[in-house]
Amino acid sequence: MITTGPLGTLTQEASISTETTVSEVAVQLEGITKRFPGVVANRDISLTVQKGHIHAIVGENGAGKSTLMKILYGMQRPDEGEIRVNGSPVTFHTPGDAISAGIGMVHQHFMLADNLTVLENVILGSEPRKRGLAIDFAAARKKIKDISDAYGLGIDPDVLVEDIGVGTRQRVEILKVLYRGARILILDEPTAVLVPHEVDELFENLHGLVREGITIIFISHHLDEVLKVADAITVIRRGTTVAEVSPEGVTARQLAELMVGSELPSPETRESTVTDVVALQVTGLTIGADGERKVLDDVTLTIHKGEVLGIAGVEGNGQAELVEAIMGIRPSTGTVTLAGQEITSWTTLRRREAGIGYIPEDRHRHGLLLEAPLWENRILGHMKEKVNVRGWWINRKGARADTQRIVEQYDVRTPGIDVLASALSGGNQQKLIVGREMSGEPKLLIAAHPTRGVDVGAQAAIWDHLRTARAAGLAVLLISADLDELIGLSDWLKVIHRGTLVAEFDPATVTPEQLGSAMTGAGEEA
Amino acid sequence: MTTSSFTDRLLGRVKPSAWVPLTAPLVAILFAALITSIVLVITGNPVLDTLVTMVEYGSQPRSLAQIVNYATTYYLSAIAVAIGFRMNLFNIGVDGQYRLAGLVAAAVGGTITLPAPFLPIVIILVAMIVGAAWAGIAGVLKATRGVSEVISTIMLNTIATGIGAYLLLEVWGVRQGNDIGTKPIPAAGQVPGLGLIPDTPLKVYGLFILAVAVGIGFHVLLNKMRFGFDLRATGQSEPAAVASGVNVKRMIVYAMLISGAMAGLIGMPQLLGESYTYNLNFQAGLGFTGIAIALLGRNNPVGIVFAALLWAFLDVSANILDLHKVSPEIVTIMQGVIVLSVVVAYELAHRYRVNAEQRRVSRELAGAASITQKEGAAA
Repeated sequence: MITTGPLGTLTQEASISTETTVSEVAVQLEGITKRFPGVVANRDISLTVQKGHIHAIVGENGAGKSTLMKILYGMQRPDEGEIRVNGSPVTFHTPGDAISAGIGMVHQHFMLADNLTVLENVILGSEPRKRGLAIDFAAARKKIKDISDAYGLGIDPDVLVEDIGVGTRQRVEILKVLYRGARILILDEPTAVLVPHEVDELFENLHGLVREGITIIFISHHLDEVLKVADAITVIRRGTTVAEVSPEGVTARQLAELMVGSELPSPETRESTVTDVVALQVTGLTIGADGERKVLDDVTLTIHKGEVLGIAGVEGNGQAELVEAIMGIRPSTGTVTLAGQEITSWTTLRRREAGIGYIPEDRHRHGLLLEAPLWENRILGHMKEKVNVRGWWINRKGARADTQRIVEQYDVRTPGIDVLASALSGGNQQKLIVGREMSGEPKLLIAAHPTRGVDVGAQAAIWDHLRTARAAGLAVLLISADLDELIGLSDWLKVIHRGTLVAEFDPATVTPEQLGSAMTGAGEEA
Repeated sequence: MTTSSFTDRLLGRVKPSAWVPLTAPLVAILFAALITSIVLVITGNPVLDTLVTMVEYGSQPRSLAQIVNYATTYYLSAIAVAIGFRMNLFNIGVDGQYRLAGLVAAAVGGTITLPAPFLPIVIILVAMIVGAAWAGIAGVLKATRGVSEVISTIMLNTIATGIGAYLLLEVWGVRQGNDIGTKPIPAAGQVPGLGLIPDTPLKVYGLFILAVAVGIGFHVLLNKMRFGFDLRATGQSEPAAVASGVNVKRMIVYAMLISGAMAGLIGMPQLLGESYTYNLNFQAGLGFTGIAIALLGRNNPVGIVFAALLWAFLDVSANILDLHKVSPEIVTIMQGVIVLSVVVAYELAHRYRVNAEQRRVSRELAGAASITQKEGAAA
């Protein structure tokens, strides 16, 4: 069904022998667009993967890589565009369709049953039958052996999965898809769980696979690895393909620039509004007992009125914990002082009442009640504000009126305030949260990734609101993975690494490279 | 998809869209009637005759009064369960809570002497306090030690049975013929029935009014008060509630206390309106009926009214089946099928609705998004 046209006349076996002619196209995507309610996850994506190549797809978190791969693997259907495999157009309704077209996916998180053997895991769901009922283990074992030998995977089919290491498990996952006849492998962040020498082993295996004519689509945001292993690189930014480069021709830095882009609306705020009035003073904030690794270690920082303090760092280095400690969500030691008043022992609600606005990192989990109407979401986190409550009672009228105000002032695009929060797009949800957290004249705003996953328009709007509030004397603690946003919005930057503030920079003079090396722990000298 | 989970909808933490609450149960009941008919055919009973007999018997004035009385008890039980459900707490222990509460309240009522309006009030308060305390054990265990309330309340049910038996047989029990019961509550503590249904001497429990008040209170608490907002927020998304400053541990204890207090009321209409004593015949298992009815009524105070009435109708009209040589267990089958099919019907209707909604929103916002992009490009 997919072997039509001049290329299709080649059988798979034949294509192995022609691996040196790279003009064959294994996968071609054209004009792929995928919309989710409110967000365009993929927009007009074009991608051409040569047969027998390791083709890397790079992009920031949320750039649309995963959606694209889900489309290619039949887990999502594109709204527009065409997928061609080996030259013929295909439509995938389920991953099963993709598998029968020869596409296999190895997920970032392994999907193996620990208490089964490698063999049992591999055949699970596509068991070879013997006389209708019994499973033909002998045939399966032989096939697994053959595949393992052919691609140099070195896998013993009869050990329990719980007894093998992470690197081997990953090879089992690869074998699993090869067993199902895949000739095109999608590897989603395959190195995320591996230690360096396992990464090298994996890369050797990958080269072995492509030598045998397998095509690999390799998703990553580790640029060094990509440059090391890939034959071709496609860069995705904000849901669309922005560049197609060859690893010989680019440096990691150029790739990073392509990923982040330079034509983004500028978040710059240059004229300083920093005052000498301290809004937030955090001293010796620590999470984790003595003797074990501390997720937050002796963090001290000061934010003045009218100042935006940016925290840069690779995710998972204590940013989330810092925010939660300041919000009183997570127990910590050390002191937190808000506008001269110590709030260390206060509850989260009392801190919010005292004037801390909070834009959480994960708006769906922490910022909204998705299945509640917008006006009820206005109350969330502000259960003591006059507009929302009167004593023990919900002030329905007040909350609704104020929600209407936010919708208008912050340009939340919604048919009304009785719409469930889940019906809004990410950008509009975020604008609602920003509006809510700016209400009631906060003294401090904690903004964790305030523009993550929102469209360009909403991003510019949110930046505008932050700038305006800063000019009005708001102190802002800004956590972001977007270095442009950090450099552009912040008055001062601190870098967090393994729970400790390791460096600080003046955003006016810092370069992304300096920040980058500090973020990986190499920048203490700065 | 970032929409609600199946459990959210099952437990009514998420409001189904406009027409779902009406269509889904109707379809489910029709489906249940169909299954029941098939069972009747298989067991060799006349289908139409049986159903008509049930409806005829169930609509007689005497049956109607009985239905209201049954439903009053069921309603209180379902509300007790629903309070927990709305906060993601599975209070399986309503059963033990109301039995223990009923026993202690009956014993107190038979012992103390107070003038008319005060005695029933005291009895009811005692029942609420005992129910709340018994449920509170599970709440405190969960809040402080993280013990699953499902496990602890089931265990507390068993313990309540044991304690109840001991107290009844060894401490408060008075022999009454073949039975053992607490000392009868004097006339001052009794709540007279209401002649709501014409053409029958059978009166409706006076505490029918209590059930109405509880329903209104439940609605007000949940939808009009800050506490109810915190409770619903916790039920919908615990992380969001925590980030918003809701003290979730305290909410767990409060919710269990309120649920237990409501559970304490379950035995009251019957105790103060009919039996005046807690004896071996005191009805057990109402807590589990409450779970089914709460699910059927989607934990919504109005929905539960209909669910309780339907359940009561089936229970009452089952009484006539024996006379027609039809096994009354047919009704149990029907009740089971109704709960299952309502759950399925809600789910199907919800999914259909969500899909349609997503397509619509996607279309609308795709237009809006392209405008945004143009603006972005122009900027």
